[in-house]
Amino acid sequence: MQIQQLSIFVENKSGRLAHITETLAAANVDIRAISVADTSDFGILRLIVDRPQDAVKALREAHLTVSLTSVIAIGIEDQPGAFAKAMRVLADHSIGVEYMYAFISRDEGRAYVILRVEDSEKAEAALKENGISLLSAEEIYGM
Amino acid sequence: MPMQGNYYEPEIECASREVMRYIQSQKLMKMVQSCYDNVPLYRERMDAIGLLPGDIRSIDDVRKLPFTTKNDLRDTYPFGMFAVPKRELYRIHASSGTTGKQTVVGYTKNDVDVWARCAARSIVGVGGTKEDFVHVSYGYGLFTGGLGLHYGAERLGATAIPVSSGNTKRQVQILQDYGSDILCCTPSYAMYIGETVRDLGIDPHTLPLRAGIFGAEPWTEEMRREIERLLAIRAYDIYGLSEIAGPGVSCECYLQNGLHVQEDMFYPEVIDPNTGEPLPDGVYGELVFTCIGKEALPLMRYRTRDICKLDHSPCECGRTLVRMSKPRGRTDDMLIIRGINVFPSQIESVLLELGMDPNYQLVVDRKHNLDTLEVQVEMTEEMFSDTVRNLENIEHRIEAALQSTLNIVAKVRLLEPKSLPRSEGKAKRVIDNRQF
Repeated sequence: MQIQQLSIFVENKSGRLAHITETLAAANVDIRAISVADTSDFGILRLIVDRPQDAVKALREAHLTVSLTSVIAIGIEDQPGAFAKAMRVLADHSIGVEYMYAFISRDEGRAYVILRVEDSEKAEAALKENGISLLSAEEIYGM
Repeated sequence: MPMQGNYYEPEIECASREVMRYIQSQKLMKMVQSCYDNVPLYRERMDAIGLLPGDIRSIDDVRKLPFTTKNDLRDTYPFGMFAVPKRELYRIHASSGTTGKQTVVGYTKNDVDVWARCAARSIVGVGGTKEDFVHVSYGYGLFTGGLGLHYGAERLGATAIPVSSGNTKRQVQILQDYGSDILCCTPSYAMYIGETVRDLGIDPHTLPLRAGIFGAEPWTEEMRREIERLLAIRAYDIYGLSEIAGPGVSCECYLQNGLHVQEDMFYPEVIDPNTGEPLPDGVYGELVFTCIGKEALPLMRYRTRDICKLDHSPCECGRTLVRMSKPRGRTDDMLIIRGINVFPSQIESVLLELGMDPNYQLVVDRKHNLDTLEVQVEMTEEMFSDTVRNLENIEHRIEAALQSTLNIVAKVRLLEPKSLPRSEGKAKRVIDNRQF
């Protein structure tokens, strides 16, 4: 099962992030990772949460525009060169990265990177082949 | 009064009321006959109320005639209201708009000359002469602004400089190098040119420019004073609309005290917009024109939607032509943005064609003395995407569609769903922050 990321449209005005996160809190949704892409007018809030379907339901009820996007998550050693190695694999397979964001694990010495790529399956195969560990949806949601 | 006695056609412009009424009556009778014979819509409407061309015996009978609205022009788009065969058409102009809202207007050779005479009278009224360089910075094209003043300048025997709009530094260079005497453009563009003159470190008093003829959008006395200060000129208001002719339907004289209507060509009335009853001088109402001097598109009692009042008292300039006040608003929701007419419904149809949400809002403002339009559209799940690039593409696609179909430059802003106020009645689509 692929990891489902929440993408939420956010108008660029104060209070919006508070509103969205409060909505998630009320639904008892736990956030694993978070990233914001922004322009001068609007932003896209990207979230990995423990229960994506429940989160979507709660956000829609609050009249927010939300979509689910398949992303992949890789686990790498938290040391110089580890991330570069993963990127090299994607580059050598001509796989473009739309966006990504990283977070540090509670486990000592591990880092995780969420990647949105053009072709998830192709990326997963290439990364696996080169010994880079991929996380399952359950692993991410259950962290 | 240094310019007293300067008229282009004094026998008309300073005619007694009796002479003017005679001219108007003769022209009205001829026009109504032509409408009845050549325009099916008018024949139908006259027949419906049992009115025959012979019932029109003087200009006072104009009030027996049916009204014409912009919708009539749309319903008969493109040429259904023309009273002459195609081969007699000499020129076509059009108002901006999608097919639904666009109106096409036609002129015979004589009509173009009538219009040029009216524009020439306007130029002379503000003190222009044959010696002058008339710098035309209105857009040239289907829009009537550019060619209207251009033909007026030529008809007068002055020198027309067809600069058209845009490239403001070059405008200033031409003002400076050629020595333009009279500038013609929208008032907002005049402000912009004036500021550019200042920004370039040019003392406007060193420019030969002495007068400006500005129109195609509403403007205030404050704006007039600002333009006059920036460019060190006298600024005059000119009025016109393509359905009637174009700029020159009326224009201020050098006294800046109301716009003299070329009433031997375009007979004005001010009516109560609700009852259609004519209103006396001094009372604000909707301005209505009957094109008694035109052949190709002789509209009867065309409702302009502009709100103003009339004054038949003679002007100190010597003209007896009736004066209309500066229009102070409109009876409909039409916006005038940088001189281009825009109806919210036109923008709506562009949005709907692109599959956008029907909830939108238009924010009009004036920044750096130029009108700006922001189109706010609510985001929907269908068009939402997780990448910034895709969302910006949506904005750009809407902007390009507005530019190509309405000829307006707009900034599109995507909003969260349900973020615009909902109303039970007429939605508030427009927020106009401009100060007139």
